[in-house]
Amino acid sequence: MSLWQYLAANWDYVLGKTVQHIELSSVAVAFACVVGIPLGVFITNQKRAADAVIGVANVIQTVPSLALFAFMIPLFGIGYRNAVFALFLYALLPIIKNTYIGIMNVDPGVIEAARGMGLTRFQVLYKVQMPLAVAVIMGGVRIATVTCIGVATIATLVGAGGLGDIIYRGIAMVNFNMILSGAITAAVLALLVDFVLGLVEKRLTSRGIRAQ
Amino acid sequence: MIRLSHVVKSYDHKTNVVNDLSLEIPEGEICVLIGESGCGKTTTMKMINRLIEPTSGTIEIEGTDIRKIDKISLRRNIGYVIQQIGLLPHLTTAQNIGLVPKLLRQPQSSIAKRVKELMEMIELPYEAYGHRYPRELSGGQQQRIGVARALANDPDIVLMDEPFSAVDPIARQQLQNSLLKLQDSLHKTIVFVTHDITEAIKVGDKIAIMQNGNIVQYAGPEDILKRPENEFVEAFVGKDRLWKTPDMIKASDIMDTTFVEIGRNRSIAHAIELMKARKTDILFVVATVSEAPEPLLGVVSALELRGGDKEGKKMHEIMRTDVTTMHIDDCLADVLATRSATDSSVTPIVDDNGGVVGVISDTSVLNVLSEIAPEREVQT
Repeated sequence: MSLWQYLAANWDYVLGKTVQHIELSSVAVAFACVVGIPLGVFITNQKRAADAVIGVANVIQTVPSLALFAFMIPLFGIGYRNAVFALFLYALLPIIKNTYIGIMNVDPGVIEAARGMGLTRFQVLYKVQMPLAVAVIMGGVRIATVTCIGVATIATLVGAGGLGDIIYRGIAMVNFNMILSGAITAAVLALLVDFVLGLVEKRLTSRGIRAQ
Repeated sequence: MIRLSHVVKSYDHKTNVVNDLSLEIPEGEICVLIGESGCGKTTTMKMINRLIEPTSGTIEIEGTDIRKIDKISLRRNIGYVIQQIGLLPHLTTAQNIGLVPKLLRQPQSSIAKRVKELMEMIELPYEAYGHRYPRELSGGQQQRIGVARALANDPDIVLMDEPFSAVDPIARQQLQNSLLKLQDSLHKTIVFVTHDITEAIKVGDKIAIMQNGNIVQYAGPEDILKRPENEFVEAFVGKDRLWKTPDMIKASDIMDTTFVEIGRNRSIAHAIELMKARKTDILFVVATVSEAPEPLLGVVSALELRGGDKEGKKMHEIMRTDVTTMHIDDCLADVLATRSATDSSVTPIVDDNGGVVGVISDTSVLNVLSEIAPEREVQT
C-alpha cells in the first residue's frame, strides 16, 4: 500500500487531526500575539523591563519542548489546555522580540518629525511606529507560527491530539505510510500557513517601505 | 512675535547647552540661528515647540507663555521641517501633507483641496506627485513636500532645522529660492537653523550667531558682514565673505564723505580759493552750504572755471547739471556699472531726501575693493 492509497483510505481521519492541529497552533499563536505585541511595545520605553522580559522569554525558549509539555501537567493536567499554554509560551519570544526590535529600529528622525508635527504618543505609535515596524513584527509572528506547528506534533504526548497522534500511532504500529502522512501534512501545513502570513504581511506593509 | 527671555537648558545641571539666551523674533521675518555644532542652535529651536523643555527662563508666542499652551496643540500650530528623513516613508506625499489636518478631523474634502493647493504652490502638482511615496522622489522634492507639510495647517510660525543641508548644492539653491518666494507671499515667522553662513545670509532677515549656548551677534545679514561684533563672528563669517556677496556692499560703504560744497551764488574767484584751500578740483553746488545734506544743483570742476567769457558769473550759471547721482543704498555692482557708463570723474551720492551726502570716485572704489579682497599669499 502506498502513501497515496493510505491517504485516500483515511482522509477523514487525517483531516480531522489536521483541523485539531491547526486549532491548537492558531489559538496558541493568537494568544501569544495578544500578549506579546503589547508587551513588546510596552518594553520599548522601559529598558530594564525589556531586558527582564526578553530574558525570561529566552529561558522559556531553551526548555526542550517535550519537557515544557511535562512541566505544564501539574498546572493544567493533560489535554488541550496544557498543550495550548505550552505552545503559547513557545510562541512568545519571537513575537515579543520582533515587536521590540521592530519598534526600536524605527528611525528616530521620523519619530521626532511626527512629534514635532503634534502627534500624541499614541498617534506616534499607531500612525508611525506600528506601520513602519509591521514587517518585522509579522516576521516574528511567522516564526512563532511555524515553530508552533512543528512543536504541536508533540502535543499528542499530553493527550491534546493533532497530527502528532497519527505520527506516534504510526511509530507504534511501525506503519511508514501512517508516519509519513502525519509528518508530511504537518510540514505542508507549516509552509502553507507561512505563505499565507507572508501575503498578509505584504498587505499590511505600505508600498512606500516595501523591499524592492 | 516669539520672545525668549533668559532661557537656560542644561541636561546635567553642570554645563548649560543654552545659557541665559534672550531673543526676539519679529513677526513675518526669517530668523536664522547659526553656529558651530554644539552651540545650542537646534536646542534653542526645539524649545519653541516644546520638543525640549527649558531648564529655566520663559518663551512667549504673541505674549503667551508657551508652557500654558497644550504641547500637542502648540505643535499643531507650528510648522516643523527637519533635515532629510522628515517625511513618513509609509505614507504618500499627499498623505504626509494632509496628516495634521486629518488628525484635527478636518473634513476630507477640505483636506484634499488644501493638499492640492499646497502641492501647486511648491510646484509638485498633485496629479503627478500626490500618490508617490517619499522614496520615489529626489531629496530636493522630498524637502519641498516637507515644507508643504509644515504649512498644511496654515501656522503662523514655521521651525526649520537644517532643512536643506542633506541635498546637493544645486537643489539647495533652488530650495532656498523657492522658500524666499513662498515667504514673499506668506509672511510666516520662520526660525531657520543652519550651519551654512552662505545660506544664512541668503535667506535670513535676521541672523543670530551663536556660540556656547548664547547669541554673540543678532543683526541683519549686512550688519553681520560689515560690522562683525568680535573676532569670533568675523572668523565665522569669513573675512572674504563680503567679496563673495558684492550686492551687500552699498554706495554708502564706498563713498567719501569729505566732499566740498559751494553756494549757488558764489563767484568764480571764491570757487578758486575754495579749491586751493581744500585741495580739490571739484565742487558740489548747493543752494546754501549748511551742516545738513543739501540737494545737489550741479557740479563745478576746474574746467568750468576757465575761459574769459565766464567772468563775473555765478556758480549756478556755469555749473554742469548733467551729473548722474546715485542713492546710498545702490550696490557696488550698480555703482561700477553706472560709473563705467558715464565719463564723469565723480559720482555724487544722495540720501532718501535727495541731499548729497558723499561722493564716489575711482579711488574710493579701489580702496574698498582692496580692503575686502581676500588676502593672497605673495609669491617670492
